[in-house]
Amino acid sequence: MAYSLIGKDFTPPDIRGKVTGKAKYAEDFSAAGMVYCKMLLSPMPHAQVSNIDVSDAMSMDGVVGVLTADDVPAMDGAAQAILTNTPRYVGAPILAVAAIDETTAADALEKIRYDIEPLDFVLDPLQSLYPGGTNAQAAGNVASMGIPLQEIKWTARDFASADPDQFPMTGKAVSEWSYGDLEKSFSEAAVVYDESFVTASNSHHSMEPRSAMSYWENGKCFLFGSSQSQSFMIPGLAAYIGIEPRDLVYIAEYCGGGFGSKGAAYPIMALPAHMSKKIGRPVMMRISRAEEYYLGSNRAGFQGRVKLGVASSGKVTAVDLYIVQSSGPHNGYPDFNSAAGAVSICYQPNAMQYRGIPILTNTPPGGAQRGPGQNQIAMVMEPLLDKAARELGIDRLEIRRINAPNNDTIFGGRQRAVTSAYQTEALNKGALAFNWERTKKRSGERNGSKVIGVGVGQAYHSAGAAGFDGLVRIAPDGRLHIHSGIGNLGTYSYAATSRVVAEVLQCKWENCVIERGDTRKHLPWNFGQFGSNTSFTMSRSNHAAAMDARQKLLEIAAAEFGGSVDEYDIGEETVFSKADATKRLSYAQAAQRAIDMGGKYAGHEIPDDLNPMTSASAKAIAGSGLIGVAKDNYALDATPPALAAGFMVIELDTETGRFEILDYNGVIDCGTVIHPLGLASQVKGGAVMGIGLATTERIVYDPQNGLAANVGFNQAKPPSYLDVPSTLGTDAVNIADPQNPMGIRGMGEPVMGCAASALICAISDALGGHYFNRTPIVPDMIINAIAERKQSHKPLQVYTF
Amino acid sequence: MAKDMMTRFELYQPADIAGALELAGKLGPDGWLIAGGQDSLDWFKDRAKRPGAVVDLSRIESMRGIRETDSGLEIGALATVTEIEENTLIKSRYAVLADAASRVASPQIRNVGTIGGNVCQDTRCWYYRSGIDCYRAGGSTCYADTPEGMNREHCLFGADRCVAVSPSDLAPALVVLDASMVIQNKAGERTVSAQDFFIGPDTDIERMTVIEAGEILTAIRIPNTWAGARFYFEKVADRNTWDFALVNVAAAIQVENDIIQDIRIACGGVECVPRRMSVAEDIARGSAKNEETARLAAGSAARGAVPLNYNHFKISLLENLVLRAIRDS
Repeated sequence: MAYSLIGKDFTPPDIRGKVTGKAKYAEDFSAAGMVYCKMLLSPMPHAQVSNIDVSDAMSMDGVVGVLTADDVPAMDGAAQAILTNTPRYVGAPILAVAAIDETTAADALEKIRYDIEPLDFVLDPLQSLYPGGTNAQAAGNVASMGIPLQEIKWTARDFASADPDQFPMTGKAVSEWSYGDLEKSFSEAAVVYDESFVTASNSHHSMEPRSAMSYWENGKCFLFGSSQSQSFMIPGLAAYIGIEPRDLVYIAEYCGGGFGSKGAAYPIMALPAHMSKKIGRPVMMRISRAEEYYLGSNRAGFQGRVKLGVASSGKVTAVDLYIVQSSGPHNGYPDFNSAAGAVSICYQPNAMQYRGIPILTNTPPGGAQRGPGQNQIAMVMEPLLDKAARELGIDRLEIRRINAPNNDTIFGGRQRAVTSAYQTEALNKGALAFNWERTKKRSGERNGSKVIGVGVGQAYHSAGAAGFDGLVRIAPDGRLHIHSGIGNLGTYSYAATSRVVAEVLQCKWENCVIERGDTRKHLPWNFGQFGSNTSFTMSRSNHAAAMDARQKLLEIAAAEFGGSVDEYDIGEETVFSKADATKRLSYAQAAQRAIDMGGKYAGHEIPDDLNPMTSASAKAIAGSGLIGVAKDNYALDATPPALAAGFMVIELDTETGRFEILDYNGVIDCGTVIHPLGLASQVKGGAVMGIGLATTERIVYDPQNGLAANVGFNQAKPPSYLDVPSTLGTDAVNIADPQNPMGIRGMGEPVMGCAASALICAISDALGGHYFNRTPIVPDMIINAIAERKQSHKPLQVYTF
Repeated sequence: MAKDMMTRFELYQPADIAGALELAGKLGPDGWLIAGGQDSLDWFKDRAKRPGAVVDLSRIESMRGIRETDSGLEIGALATVTEIEENTLIKSRYAVLADAASRVASPQIRNVGTIGGNVCQDTRCWYYRSGIDCYRAGGSTCYADTPEGMNREHCLFGADRCVAVSPSDLAPALVVLDASMVIQNKAGERTVSAQDFFIGPDTDIERMTVIEAGEILTAIRIPNTWAGARFYFEKVADRNTWDFALVNVAAAIQVENDIIQDIRIACGGVECVPRRMSVAEDIARGSAKNEETARLAAGSAARGAVPLNYNHFKISLLENLVLRAIRDS
């Protein structure tokens, strides 16, 4: 379908502020009388704090208040509190001091006297599962979203049944599903691999630390924060503050990176609100880089084992997957379950069994990071597929085509269908751009100490949701105001999806205003900006609101000129009679008519299926123009998938363990392309993050003391410009999805996993098929493998360099 | 625990070396000399070092600049790493130093970091840098050298209670160029060879160089000895920028008729000081410059290494880098 805006590049309205430095992030705000707070962070991985004496601190000049765990809401189960007297990781906030400047606050923290008793701590999930093993929380060692805090120990027999370097497969799981006849399907396999694996946990280290500023005014709490999402933040944040959602004014126009860690309300953001309430002054909490490490959450690490059966045809017959997740000390994020779903959809096994268990660890809290679970498991599974291809004599691209999901795919424990899937097309498109047939022949090519490795990788994430609201307004000046509560993660998808409204209403983009980033802009209830969902979800809600506005325009014209709505159409920002073009109202005139007519046209009457947040916003702008407002009730009976394929060629130096990426091509199957430049940025940025996930980024802990080895941004080692190719190829399948009115699906996460797994495969290829079953693959692992030395770490060891 | 907030201190900004020396003498252990600040500010912000007074050397003009002298070059200790990297004399005569400079940290850090600061910087052992009470910090434990210590980045040689390594990329280059370090104190000037400038824990566990309290490294002199020789520098780190070396190597080789007449090789990241590869040099000296010589010499590079639990990869890496230094220079 030919669109005038969808599929075209444009300049999102927030770019100018970003490149000129005028954009205001949370830390850039101030208010009269503002003070600064700093936190006392736990020096121990698990401890009990008591006898806090703040008298010396409070007597210091410039100190205005102290906030302790007693001043903030207690949390249920394994949930993380804003402040705690039972810190469960090094860096957990114990209390905060407010002072007229940060140096005074930091000095005051050193004057606070308290007793701190070290408690047993655990870093390695398998040690926690061992009979008598330590629990990261006194009340248990297992918890996750939807899984209550509990204690689970495996039996000594479970551990004894496996070789010490093998993952035990008989222990109790808390999450499991299966389909098909596993035994029969394995028996149909020509090759069966049974591999234990480790994927490391890594820190988010968002570029913008999660600073926040807050004050109270006329009974409302004003909070300036850093978040990916906007409307979705409100209920959780209000709960952390202890107020009704309607009493929270939340401002978050820009976000300097979140990658999943700022998708939903997080506890520390509420700290300045509590402090401000207590001391009666605005409070700025500037989060330092080190604090961002401790509070900014980690991608979960996996210890696991996978058994993969592949038939001589290359068809994956069976998968048996068990994942133990290192979750951090609180609920974390259920990466383990997402990983299992990804295996099912990407490889389409005839039978699959999945078991998983999230184990609490005394490391910084776990959180969703771009492709949480899907991207770790891609780095485990894709090399195994290569192994099968080599052994069966099948081309590595072909074995992926053979197993690729398509429109008939069903997957996961609930055997869900997909809205559409074109992974074969993604593979084909990427192979063409990469010149797979020619490039694969370079595999193993030697140039002195250097050797060529070629890899192809794939990844998946679900890509959309339904049921959220859209809200638009045509003002009497003819401008179209698009109210977007999705948030601004930095991908510009808030703007790209707003263009759906302009497209439907055939409105010039220059005449559109996006209302966003501030509760006071009267925003609808929208989903969070995470999980690769924005493009799908938000385009549906916006489409619904735009269609409502369109219908109202037609009705207003019919009321003005007579006849039925069928006799009217819209175009060039007017509504007109199809039979008599002189019967025409400009959008400005129609908006004034809507105000005059009142009722539903001006937003005084609204649908009763709207979320209360949307209803309140619609009522707030009622009477100011033509109001289009609707819930997304479009059908959705399957999972919209985002599928990606990445192709990479590297030159690995066998004498140093280092490699150079010579070429990369990433292709995404995301339905209709809504914003080509935004898409290209995602495919490239995802690849860069994937390169880090595969080869440099991990958190390291000293097992004796529970101390973090690589807190700093430089020690986290995200890839630099010099670690990635200067050009990265990007493309999309661009076939419309039937369950989105404009064919759009999301895409942000698998474009990371496909690059990460392509790189893992390329490294293994360069090493002649050496598989590490461990990520990231760091230079010392490569050097040891080439020198045929034993690796320093034990196969299932975690938190190592 | 990282605090990310400096304590208050008195700041002095002397305009000449005499003023700086007077301050350094007067302040004693409570004073801290700072140049580009790329090492110092980390310590201050973490509150792991809390000087009462900081002497900022950056206004001392006589410590700036790169000058040609009769016997070679004199580089002011305040010359930035970028200046080293871009200086045409250094690039044409002592390329190993320019190459090493180009691999230091990141462009931003090179723009402010100085050569003096680079060679005087403290070790990067993560336990020590976290402010923990280890031997080097005056305590009685090494946290890295334990059965479970995370010591991938620690030493192969010269452990003596402490297993930290020299983090500098410029130091091995200066060692192979046989540079002299010019140190001023109240009594006057003394010069120490780069080789002897760096000290291990067996000499003083709380210092990385011979500089005493009250002394200032003011300049570095590079003799003509190795001007125009064949050079090699390579740094292997996890990333191509903003990273410390797992191992680095610098070499200067004089070759006539394909025979190695003289050679100096030094490596960082394997010992608390830049490690001179004396045995490898002896093997190579007088031999044909070829793969066979390189392999023979490289085979000796790790002789005597005592790897820790997580760093035995450095043995292969060290051998390979010495191999490359001889073979590929």
